[in-house]
Amino acid sequence: MTDTKTPVLDIQKLRVEYPLASGDTLVAVKDIDLLIRPGEIHALVGESGAGKTTVGNALMGLLQAPGKIVSGSIEIAGKPIDLCTGRTEGIVPGRDVGAIFQDPMTSLNPLFTVESQLCEGMLAHLKLSRAEAKARALELMKAVGIPEPERRLGSYPHQLSGGQRQRVVIATALACSPQLIVADEPTTALDVSVQAQILKLIRDLADQRGVGVLLVTHNMGVVAEIADRVTIMQNGAVVESGLAREVLTAPKATYARTLIAAVPPIEIRLDRLPVPSEETQVTLDARASVRSKSTKSETGSRDDVVLSVRALAVEYGGRSLIPGRKASVFKAVKGVSFDVRRGEIFGLVGESGCGKTTVANTIAGLVIQSSGTIDFQGTALGAKREKSVRKSLQMVFQDPYSALNPRLRINSAIAEPILFYKLASNAEEARQDARTLLEAVGLPADAGSRFSHAFSGGQRQRIAIARALGPRPSLLICDEPTSALDVSVQAQLLNLLKDLRDLAGLSMLFISHDLAVIRQMCDRIAVMKSGEIVELAETETLFIAPKHDYTKELLRLAPSLDRILSRQAAE
Amino acid sequence: MFRLFSMRLLQAILVMIAVTAIAFVMFRFVGDPISSMVREGATQAEKDALRMALGLDKPILTQFFDFVGQVLTGDLGTSFRYQQPVVSLLMSRLPATLELVIVATFLALAVGIPLGVLCALKPHSFLSRLTQATTLVGISMPTFVTGLLLILVFAVTLRWLPSSGRGDLVDLGLWKTGFLTLSGLKSLILPSITLALFQLTLIMRLVRSEMIDVLSSDYIRFAFARGLPRAYIYGRLALRNALMPVVTVTGLQIGQLIAFAIVTETVFQWPGMGLLFTNAVGYPDVPVLAAYLLFVGFLFVMINMIVDILYTFIDPRLRTR
Repeated sequence: MTDTKTPVLDIQKLRVEYPLASGDTLVAVKDIDLLIRPGEIHALVGESGAGKTTVGNALMGLLQAPGKIVSGSIEIAGKPIDLCTGRTEGIVPGRDVGAIFQDPMTSLNPLFTVESQLCEGMLAHLKLSRAEAKARALELMKAVGIPEPERRLGSYPHQLSGGQRQRVVIATALACSPQLIVADEPTTALDVSVQAQILKLIRDLADQRGVGVLLVTHNMGVVAEIADRVTIMQNGAVVESGLAREVLTAPKATYARTLIAAVPPIEIRLDRLPVPSEETQVTLDARASVRSKSTKSETGSRDDVVLSVRALAVEYGGRSLIPGRKASVFKAVKGVSFDVRRGEIFGLVGESGCGKTTVANTIAGLVIQSSGTIDFQGTALGAKREKSVRKSLQMVFQDPYSALNPRLRINSAIAEPILFYKLASNAEEARQDARTLLEAVGLPADAGSRFSHAFSGGQRQRIAIARALGPRPSLLICDEPTSALDVSVQAQLLNLLKDLRDLAGLSMLFISHDLAVIRQMCDRIAVMKSGEIVELAETETLFIAPKHDYTKELLRLAPSLDRILSRQAAE
Repeated sequence: MFRLFSMRLLQAILVMIAVTAIAFVMFRFVGDPISSMVREGATQAEKDALRMALGLDKPILTQFFDFVGQVLTGDLGTSFRYQQPVVSLLMSRLPATLELVIVATFLALAVGIPLGVLCALKPHSFLSRLTQATTLVGISMPTFVTGLLLILVFAVTLRWLPSSGRGDLVDLGLWKTGFLTLSGLKSLILPSITLALFQLTLIMRLVRSEMIDVLSSDYIRFAFARGLPRAYIYGRLALRNALMPVVTVTGLQIGQLIAFAIVTETVFQWPGMGLLFTNAVGYPDVPVLAAYLLFVGFLFVMINMIVDILYTFIDPRLRTR
C-alpha cells in the first residue's frame, strides 16, 4: 500500500516561534528532529508548555497566528511542507494527515449527525458520491468497533458515550485513508476501560493499515502501552529520543529520569514520590507553625471516627410541572456507607459518572442528600450547618484555574475564610497567617501580593490548599486535586498533602480516578460503581488481593509502566 | 417531542388565562368608562341605562366569565371611542403593522447575519470596522431621530420616497396589502429601515460574538484539521451553531416590533396598531386597550412557542429520543 522505505513524517530542525507583545519572541519548538515510518507509533511526551502540541499543529498547518515556522523542514510522505503557508504541496490535511483530538465531547459538532460528519471529508477530498461515502462511512464505523453501526450513523454526537464519540473521531480521521495520524492526547478524557480499548484500536490501525501515528501525550503508561518510539520534550527542545522500551527503562537525560520517576507507580507504595526539589527550611518551619495552631483543637486518638456516612442516597431531577406526577429521577448515589478516621486519608475511586464527586459535594453541603445520614464529629449534617462545622470541613477542587477568584489578591483570598471564621483578631493577623500558610505549601511569602493569573497550575493548586487549610479544618475533601496537573507537579503536591496529613493530624477524603495516585495516597479505599460502593478495604489489601470483579477489572486495565515493561522484557 | 409540545401548549394556555384576567381587571377598574362616554350633565338614570346596556352592573365573576366567553368567540367588545367592534378595528390596522414588521425583520436578518459573520471572520478589515462604528451609532440613536433624518434626506431633500402613509393599497378581502403596488412598496422603505436599524445592530453583534465563540471551539478546529473547505466550515458548520441564539432573539424582537412599533408608526404616520393604541391610551378607550393587551400577550406566547419548537428542530440535543 505505502512505500515502507519513505518515512511518513520527517521533521528536521523545526523551529516555531511566537512573537510576544513585549517585542520578544517565544521559541515554542527549538530545532527538533522527528522521524516516523509507516506502521510506527511515535510518542511525543512532555509536560504542559513543552511544545508537543505545537509540533502536531505545525505539521497539520493549524498553527494559531501569530505563531509561525521559522526554520527547518517537515516532509510528509516524502513531500516537503511550504514553511510560509504551513501547507505541503500535494498534501491535504484530512486526506493525507488525519487528526484525533483530546476531548471527544467537544470535537464533534453537536448539530450534525455522525454520518454527515464522517462523510463531509470524503465528499470534499475523495470526490465520492453521497452513496459511496455513506457505504464507506458504514465500513469505517464497523472498523472502529461501534455497535449497531447503521443506526449510529443517524445519531447525533450527544447520543453517544465518550468512548463511542472518540471512535467516531478516529473513524473521521481514517476516512480518507491518511498515511499519518496526529493523535493529541487521544485518551486523556476517557475512563481507563475505554482508554484501553481506544489504545488497542490505534495500535491495530498502525499494525494493519501501516499508518504512522504521532501520539502526543503526557501519560507514560499510555506510552509504554502502545508506542514504538518516544521523544521526550522539555521547553520546546528534545531531551531524549529512542525506542520506547529503552527510554522508559533506562533514560539517559536527567530530565527524562525525573519525569519518569515522578509517575506514581501502581505496583508499589512509596513513602514519598521522588521530586526534583525538596522542601526548604522555611517551608518546614511554617508547617510546624500551622501544626501547632491546629493541634490545639485536636484531642482524641487516631482511631476516632471523624466522618461517618450511612446509607447516603442522592437523586437528581424528579420535579414535574404537573403536580402529582413524578418526572424521571436520576439516582447519582444509591446508599453509600463509610467512615473516615482521624488522620486517615480515605480514597474514593471509580470511573466518571460513578457518583464519587456527588458524595464529596454532599458531605461538603453543596448537594443535599435525598436520604441517609452524614455524621461529622458527632453532628448530623443536613441542609443547615453550624459555622463550626463548615469551618472544619474544607474542600480542594479539581481545576485550580477556576477555583481562585481572579480579582482577589492571593493574600486576601487566603485571609478571607480566616477572618470569616474569626480565627484571627484583626486583618493584619489574618494576613500573617496567610503568609505562613503560603510558606507551608512551599510558596514564597511574597506570593500573596499577586493575583492568581501570575501562577502556574501547580502553584494555584498549592494556593487552593493553603486557602482550605486557613480555617484549620479537621477534614479536607480533595476532589481530583492533581488530575489537571503535570506528573512532576502532581508528585510534589501529593507529597505536600501527605506531609500536611502527618504534621497536622488532618483527615482527608481523597477522590481520584487514577489508581496509582490512590495507592500512593490513601490508607483505605472504597471503589464506586454506578452510585454504589462495590468494595471497601485497606489500600494494600485491595491492590494485592482485590475481591470484587470490577476492582480486578480496573486494576487490570490501568496502564502501568512497570507492568508493561516487565511483560515486554519477558517476551 | 409530543410531550414537549403539549407541555409548552399547557404553559401557553396558563399564560393566556392570566393575561385575560389582567385585561378584564383593567376593563373593570381603570376609571369609570361611563363618565367619559356620556355627554356632559347626563342624569343618573341615563348613566344607569348605559351601564346596564354595557352589562357593567352584573357581579364581577359573571362579568369575567362573560368576558372570557366573548373573547373565545372572537368578540372583544365595542370601542368606546369609535363605536365599532374592536376586532374589526384591530383587523384594519394589523396588516399595516405586520407588513412593516415583516420587511424590517427580513432586512435586519439579511443584512445583520452576513455583517456579523464578516466582523467575526475579519475583525481588522476596513469593512468590519466601518460596520462596527456605524451600527454603534445606529443602536445609540433614538428611533425617531433616525426616522426624521431619513425623511429629511430621502423624502424632503431628494424627493425619492414618500414621507408618510402606506401609499396605494390592494384589497384582498380581509387584508389590505401595500406589497402589490409600486407606491406601497416605496412607502415601506423608509419606515422599515428605521424599524430595522436597531434589530440589525443587535443581530449583527449577536452573530459576531457567537461566531467568534464557535470558531474557537474544538469541533471547528477539528473541521480545519480535516481539511474541509473554508466556505463550508464557516457557512455551514460554524454558522448553524452561531445562529441558535439569533432564533430566540429574533422571535422576541418580532413580538416587540409588532407590539411596540409606536414611535416609528407615529413618525411616518403609518396607520398601524401603534397609532390605534396611542390614541386609545389618551381617550381612555378601555375595550381597545384590553384587546390590545390580549393580542400582545397572545402574540408573545405564540412566538415563544414557535421559537421553542424551532429550537428542537435545529438542536438535536433538545429532542428526546
